[in-house]
Amino acid sequence: MNILLYLIPISLFLGGMGLLFFVITVRTKQYDDPEGNAQRILSGQYDDAPKQD
Amino acid sequence: MTAAMRPPASACPACSAAPAAEALAAAQAPSDAHVVLSLPTIHCANCMRAVETALSKVPGVHSARVNLTMKRVSIEADPGLGAEDLIPVVAGAGYEAHELDTGALSATQTDKAGRDLLMRLAVAGFAMMNVMLLSISVWSGAEGPTRDMFHWISAAITLPTIAFSGQIFFRNAWGALKAGRLNMDVPISLAILLAVVTSLWETSLSGEHAYFDAAIALTFFLLTGRYLDHRTRSIARSAAEELAALEVPRAWRVTQDGEEQVSVADLAVGDLLRVRPGGRMPVDGQITEGQSELDRSLLTGETLPVYAAPGTSVSAGEVNLTGPLVVRATAVGRETSLHRMADLVAVAESGRANYTPLADKAAKLYAPGVHILSALAFIGWFLYTQDFRVALNIAAAVLIITCPCALGLAVPAVTTAASGRLFKKGLLIKDGTALERLSEVDTVVFDKTGTLTAGAPQVTNTGDFTRNDLEIALALAAGSAHPLSASLTTALREAGIAPATLSDIAEVPGHGTQGLWRGQQVRLGRAAWVGGGQSDVTSAWLRVGDGPAQVFTFTDSLRDGAEEAVRGLIEAGHRVILMSGDTTRAVETLASRLGIPHWIAEALPQDKAARVKALSDEGRKVLMVGDGLNDTAALAGAHVSISPASALDAARVASDIVLLGNSLAPVPDAIATATRATKRIRENFGIATWYNVIAVPLAIAGLCSPLIAALAMSASSITVSLNALRLR
Repeated sequence: MNILLYLIPISLFLGGMGLLFFVITVRTKQYDDPEGNAQRILSGQYDDAPKQD
Repeated sequence: MTAAMRPPASACPACSAAPAAEALAAAQAPSDAHVVLSLPTIHCANCMRAVETALSKVPGVHSARVNLTMKRVSIEADPGLGAEDLIPVVAGAGYEAHELDTGALSATQTDKAGRDLLMRLAVAGFAMMNVMLLSISVWSGAEGPTRDMFHWISAAITLPTIAFSGQIFFRNAWGALKAGRLNMDVPISLAILLAVVTSLWETSLSGEHAYFDAAIALTFFLLTGRYLDHRTRSIARSAAEELAALEVPRAWRVTQDGEEQVSVADLAVGDLLRVRPGGRMPVDGQITEGQSELDRSLLTGETLPVYAAPGTSVSAGEVNLTGPLVVRATAVGRETSLHRMADLVAVAESGRANYTPLADKAAKLYAPGVHILSALAFIGWFLYTQDFRVALNIAAAVLIITCPCALGLAVPAVTTAASGRLFKKGLLIKDGTALERLSEVDTVVFDKTGTLTAGAPQVTNTGDFTRNDLEIALALAAGSAHPLSASLTTALREAGIAPATLSDIAEVPGHGTQGLWRGQQVRLGRAAWVGGGQSDVTSAWLRVGDGPAQVFTFTDSLRDGAEEAVRGLIEAGHRVILMSGDTTRAVETLASRLGIPHWIAEALPQDKAARVKALSDEGRKVLMVGDGLNDTAALAGAHVSISPASALDAARVASDIVLLGNSLAPVPDAIATATRATKRIRENFGIATWYNVIAVPLAIAGLCSPLIAALAMSASSITVSLNALRLR
């Protein structure tokens, strides 16, 4: 059962990372245009240098 | 500057530049570098690219980004570059574009509350998953130190999560308690806190039962309900904002150096304003120059255009039809008659505030019941066992089991599903309780002009004229942009009439059009100018040479779906009433055409409101459908109200539901959907109650383990959500 002492913190850490990334996506407004983002990926236009905002 | 002086483009000509919304005006500075355009026709990746590339090629544009979900493009550009420069670019790329007022949109862009709620929901969801996993090992028989360790880890996850995610409930509950009231959040907060405290105590004594999982699941499910609720409302709010933002309030002020475009908010009494044909009066005032005709239908419901000349008083909201006018402002902003009419709304609305939503009714019965039950369980067990720990444990279990998890989801899940369905049909539900109220409706009151009719006249008696006269009429009508002329032109062209050859065609603003035909003077226009008689319907007169004046009569064309809507409502057993400010004959004709048995003509705004109130006093639940300013008081006074998107801003604000499309056909459908939604809400309450009826005796008997609590809670929440999704 000692393995639990490692596995539980690891699983919590990994879950926490997921949560952290989610928080980042919310903060950077990545859910403002779900439909547009879904379509944009289909665009055949490639740009080597992304636009500077 | 000439190009920039056109009236702003708008999706519905009827709603351009309504001066009602002062807030919109305040934020408008035409030199802004930030431009937002509405793109109603974009739908794919190629559309986005086409619009973005076209815009970024314009010199001075820094960036253009399309938002497909909102169907908008936001553009950062050099100051001086305005929407009027960019709309043709987008139009050139093949897409319709309308300017949106950036000031009115600001609230949507920073939907802070929604993001905050989503964050709390995510944290609660993450914590729930982990605590549930730990609990599974406890349920499956972990014992001794292992169980204690799992409990402590659960506590370590749960405590900070509840402190963060549960804040919303605690704050609301505290607010209610301070005001001496009870609301749904009080039992929720109490259950969560009691569960956490007893679980901590149990854990410290290495007890068997800890309810950390239940406490966190409760928070998660209830937050889901809150989030759904918030989303439904924010979708409605952003759609309503978009409607308001389409009306960019601007005016053209005449100064010594010429004309300048100014925001309506900057106007002052005494300013001289130029109002072009097709434009809406931004202020109350008096005409100082020019002749024209005015369309007052949005204010009075009357379809007959009124002649206007220097000295005529005009009210904000009226539409100038034929000639350019210069108006001296006598009242601006809040002082205009448009605003004063809107104030009637506030008075009428106070009646509606008395409505108690179903959820509140349930909460009122529920909250005291739960507290009494759990207190009784505590006292009973304490007397029976003399053991404080056991009694507290059982009281906590009762509170957790009865906690309104499913109740909190019952209403938002159904309203979200129903609003989503209605939104697809083109109905925007603005008010949280509108669906419940709509389901109770038994009487439907329609306004005529602009609601049942499209506001576009149709000629009715071309058969009374000789072909020769029709050819002359067409030649005259084609030279004018007046709505009656435009309608006559379309009708005659469709009938295959070719215009006669006329010379010297000239439009006399406010009167009509005249020309020369084979040396004779021919005129088409108002009765007084042409020499015609009286007519109580919308009409235009034609005179050829010295012959008698002949009359073209017009009727308003029906709005799309008006017949279906009225038929559907009558078939569903509702009483349908037509109420209009228009003349008796016009109203009677329309009523008989649509088969509406009850109608009232020449009704003043106060009459409409009084009539609606009288119906409510009789115990009828009235649905008011109207668009004009003369309807606003009635809209606000009715049990529930619908207005089309073409309505004035004030009317849309006063109504609970906005029809986004052009057709009235979804109205009976909406009532049916609302009835089904309310039925589902009641069913959901029933389901939640049944779970309690089964689980509460177990809890009181002391048989409720954390496993049963978790099962009951999740199962009831999931059943309730699934039941809501059955709504079609």
